This record gives sequence, structure tokens and C-alpha cells, in this order.
Amino acid sequence: MTTQLINKSEIAANGKFSKAETVISVNNLYKKFGDFVANDNLSFDVYKGEIFGFLGANGAGKTTAIRILCGLSKPTSGKLNIAGFDGYKDTEKIKKSIGYMSQKFSLYEDLTVVENIRFYGGIYGLSRKEIKLRTEKLVEKLNLEEVKDKLIKDLPLGWRQKLAFSVAILHEPKIVFLDEPTGGVDPITRRQFWDMIYEAANNGITVFVTTHYMDEAEYCNRVSIMVDGKIAALDTPDGLMKTFSVHTMEEVFLKLARGVNNNE
Amino acid sequence: MKTILFILQKEFTQIFRNKTMLPIIFVLPMVQLLILSFAATFEMKSIKIHIVDMDKTPQSREMISKFKGSKFFRIVNYSDAYKIAEKDLKTNKADVILQIPQHFEKMLIKEDKASVQLTINAINGSAAGLINAYTFSIIKDFNRNVLMDTYGQKLEMPIQTTSSYWYNPQLDYKIYMVPGILVLLVTIIGMFLSAMNVVREKEIGTIEQINVTPVHKYQFIAGKLIPFWVIAMFELAFGLLFAKLVFSIPIIGNLTTVFAVASVYILSVLGMGLFISTITNTQQQAMFIAWFFMMIFLLMSGLFTPVESMPDWAQKLNIINPIAYFIKVMRMVLLKGSGFGDVINPFISLVIYAVLSLTLAVRMYKKKS
Repeated sequence: MTTQLINKSEIAANGKFSKAETVISVNNLYKKFGDFVANDNLSFDVYKGEIFGFLGANGAGKTTAIRILCGLSKPTSGKLNIAGFDGYKDTEKIKKSIGYMSQKFSLYEDLTVVENIRFYGGIYGLSRKEIKLRTEKLVEKLNLEEVKDKLIKDLPLGWRQKLAFSVAILHEPKIVFLDEPTGGVDPITRRQFWDMIYEAANNGITVFVTTHYMDEAEYCNRVSIMVDGKIAALDTPDGLMKTFSVHTMEEVFLKLARGVNNNE
Repeated sequence: MKTILFILQKEFTQIFRNKTMLPIIFVLPMVQLLILSFAATFEMKSIKIHIVDMDKTPQSREMISKFKGSKFFRIVNYSDAYKIAEKDLKTNKADVILQIPQHFEKMLIKEDKASVQLTINAINGSAAGLINAYTFSIIKDFNRNVLMDTYGQKLEMPIQTTSSYWYNPQLDYKIYMVPGILVLLVTIIGMFLSAMNVVREKEIGTIEQINVTPVHKYQFIAGKLIPFWVIAMFELAFGLLFAKLVFSIPIIGNLTTVFAVASVYILSVLGMGLFISTITNTQQQAMFIAWFFMMIFLLMSGLFTPVESMPDWAQKLNIINPIAYFIKVMRMVLLKGSGFGDVINPFISLVIYAVLSLTLAVRMYKKKS
């Protein structure tokens, strides 16, 4: 069914990820909107250089959680530590150490490639010299030489997504949050996108990614699956498939989702 | 500071890349000044008068010739029956009827007094007032001649009123209007464009991206407001130049005073624009709310109708109307040559207004939910 994009054993060999350093630590996190509990007692750790898949059906509470982790939303209760900073007090410090790319498009469509890179580099405190250097590197790496002075709105979606990801890690953050980064993108671009994710992880950047593509879930080091505001399962993809004695992540997901339906 | 420079660079690039922006900055002021200052006038030229002459004597003809000679009146019809004249008034062919009764001359000579009747279309009250004043001054003139003829010498009234019109000697309505219209222009730039700009980032979703960056609230807001402040100040300078060259508007006072007050005034409207953007989610909503405030402030500001003739409560309401303050200052400084000391009170009010509106707007702007 799914084509293996990258040999997983190869990743494990190259990955610098070890459980030695925790970069995200969440304990008993709650987020309530009135009577509605969007995040119900979440607890998990994410390690340095790890690719952490954050799965769940629409409305399961993923986006709420990711917004809290990025400092966009305040938790109702629970402990939260991101990149070594307290999730309540130090949200501004957290923001310097993270990158974020949302499903909504995050680059300015009426600015050119170079202007977008300069703007985001600038507001993360890079010097003009540094920005120029990194822009050149990035343009070369993504083969954007010919389009670097074109407006973003004139670029194909796949290019924009790759550029948005590169801009999100331009300031070399500790963690990058990707909220459905490959939505609406063709399989080849998705593959290239995941190559970039692996590269970032190998450079020690922790990748926290949400997705609806179950093949992508299999490329993560560990995966958590949210159901109705709770974390219903958290393990490596192999571990999960074993536990549920199935062969694909899709089946794991369906089993968990069905479990909820049966309870209702 | 470095961060703000990067934000400013981005904002200016975006503003001037927008194809409608340059016309808004350059064409809008010219068109508005031309149309509003020529069209929105209270000055009455060629008042349409219907004269009912039932006397038909040298004296009545003398009076008619006075009206003929006036540049304010255009005689549209003569008749000898009031009925015909009334019809003209009803069909808007005439604005006013002057009826000279029978025996007008006889009365004048025999009894030293006679009367004429004036019927004015008063649907527009202020126009009717003007017509009355113009007619009255012509009849007064006629009176003087009659007295001179009768007594053979120039007679002086015991008390004489002479009026001289200060600051606008020709009673040119344009001179009165143009400073106010410049205020209108600056307000549009300040309030509408700033509100729409911030809301646009909400609509596209880029504001979410900015909120996860270390950009501080004050940096983001400064980056949004400074470009429009600069553009509005430029707009004022451009408008003044245009008004000077095209309308020969007198600039009697010190321009430094004008720009000093303007710099604070623009801050206060920018604050309102930003406030509007915090309570709306789409450009359409922002547009409607900005329009609502703008209409109320504008109608109450004294741009079109004098504030002094508004009811007491309305005049009091103008305490919170920044447009009213700035129009007052503009007229005082440009036309009367008032110095900074003369406009210190409205200036202080605008400072308070700017501080309050910006504080409120910044507080309402949230980086978190």
C-alpha cells in the first residue's frame, strides 16, 4: 500500500535522537472552554531530535494542544515545559526557541521569496549579514534561484510549503511545530518535504508534527493518537502496530477511533 | 528597535505593492478637494427671483433694476398676479417672490412709507436665511436712495452698522471648506487603512504566525501604525500644497503649528483604527464600523454645519470627537493665523484622545487566547 519513502532502519542509524534530553514536557495538562474539555489530562515527553507525530481525528483537540505548546493559548491547568522554559511564565522566551508552520499558509503572498526570508529572519533577531548568508544558502538548497524575486502567490503550493518549512527553521529553533504541513501537496513533494524533516531532525531540531496521512505517521519516531481530548495511545509506530496486532498505522487509527464510537 | 525596522520594511513594501494604494494617496485628495469644495457650497449665486409688480411706476421699476443689477439675483419672471408667481415657487422655477403692491409709489411719496412682500422657499433653512439677508440689503440700498431723492441730501442714520468680513473677506465658501476637507482625507487614511491592514492579516492567517514569533505587541503595533502615520502626514502636506496652488487657500498661520497638531491628531485616529481592528475579524466588518464612527464624527464636526447651531447635548458630545477639534484648529491656524498658544486647548484634548485610544487599542490587541 504505502510506498516506503525512506528506509526506517537507515533513519534510526542516522538519527541523533536519544532519550537523554527532554525538550517538551507536558504533565496533566487541561484546557477547558466552559464545560467543554478540549484537552483532558495530557501527559507526554518529547526528546531532542525526535520526530513526534501528533495524530487525531478532526476535533480531537490536536490544534488546541499545539496552540498551547506554542504559547498562543493558555492552559487551564497542568505543568508545561517547552525548550527548558515554563509554559506559563516564559512564553516569550519559548517563542524564540520554537518554529511554527501552520496549515493556514504562513508566508506573505504579496512579498517575494527573499522578502519573506528577510522578514522572518529579522523578527527572530538575525543580523542583516546573517540573513543574507542564510538566504543564499536556502535559495541554493531549494533551487529557488530563478524565482527568488517572485511573489509567493505566483509559486506552486509545493514550493511554498517547502519554503515555509525552511523559513520556520531559519533561526535554528530547538523545536519546530508543523500543523498538517503536507495538506494538499502531491506525493513527490511530500517525499521531498519528509526528506527535509529528517534533515532537520538529524541536525538536532525536534519536530512536532500533526498529519492526516497515516503513511506519514509511520515515518515518525513516536506517535501519539488523540481521541476526544485524551491521548489514547503513545508509542513507536512498530510498537503500536504490535499492540493492536495490525500491520499499518491506518488500522491502528481506525481501531482507536472505532473504540470511541462503541463507547458512545 | 531592529525588529521594528524589519516590520516597517515589510509593511512599506506591502503597502506600495498594493496597486490601489498610490491612487488612494494621490488621486483621492485631489478629487475630494475639487468636488467637495466646489459642490458643497452655501454661497448663493443667481438666486431665482420672481417679481410681481402690481404698481408699474418709476419707483417700482427702480427697485426692480436694483435686483437686476445684483449678481446674486437672476430674475426668472415678471408678472402682475401673485398666483402665477406662487406656481413658479411650487415648481422650483423661483426661489423667492418679491411682490410690489399697487400704490407703492404713491404711498412712498405721500406717507413716506410703503411695504413690499417677500415670499421665500424655506425648505433649506440656511439658504432661506441667506436669500432674506441678500434681499434685505438691496432694499436697504433702495431706501437710502429714496431718502436722498426726497430730502435732496445724503441722510445719515443715527446708528449705522457697517460690517467687515474678517478672515474670509469675499465670503468665499471654498476657503471655509478646504481646511475641513483636508482633515477628512487624513482621517480616512488614518482610520480606514490602518484598521483594514491589521484585519487583513487576521483574514489571511499570517497574524497567527506573527503571534508565535518573539515579536512584542508594541513592536507589531508600531510597525503597523508608523507607515500610516507617515502617509497621513505626507497626505496633509500634499493636500495643503494642492489647496494652495489650485484654490489659493490662504495659509496665514504657521505650518509648524498645523503639523504639530496633525501629528497628534493622526495618532488618535490611528488608535481608533487599531481599536476597530481588534474588535473585528473581517475587512468588511472593519469597514462598516469605521464608516459608522466616521459618519457620526464628521456630521457633528462642524465641517458642513456650524457646531454652534447644534443642540446643547450635541455640542457636548463633540468633546469626544477628534475630527471636530482638528477642523477647528485647521481653520483657526490656516485662516485666522492663530498661533500655537491659541490652539493649546484643542491640542491638549487631542493628546489625551491619542493616549486613551492607543492605550485602549493596545490593551485590546491580544497575542494569546
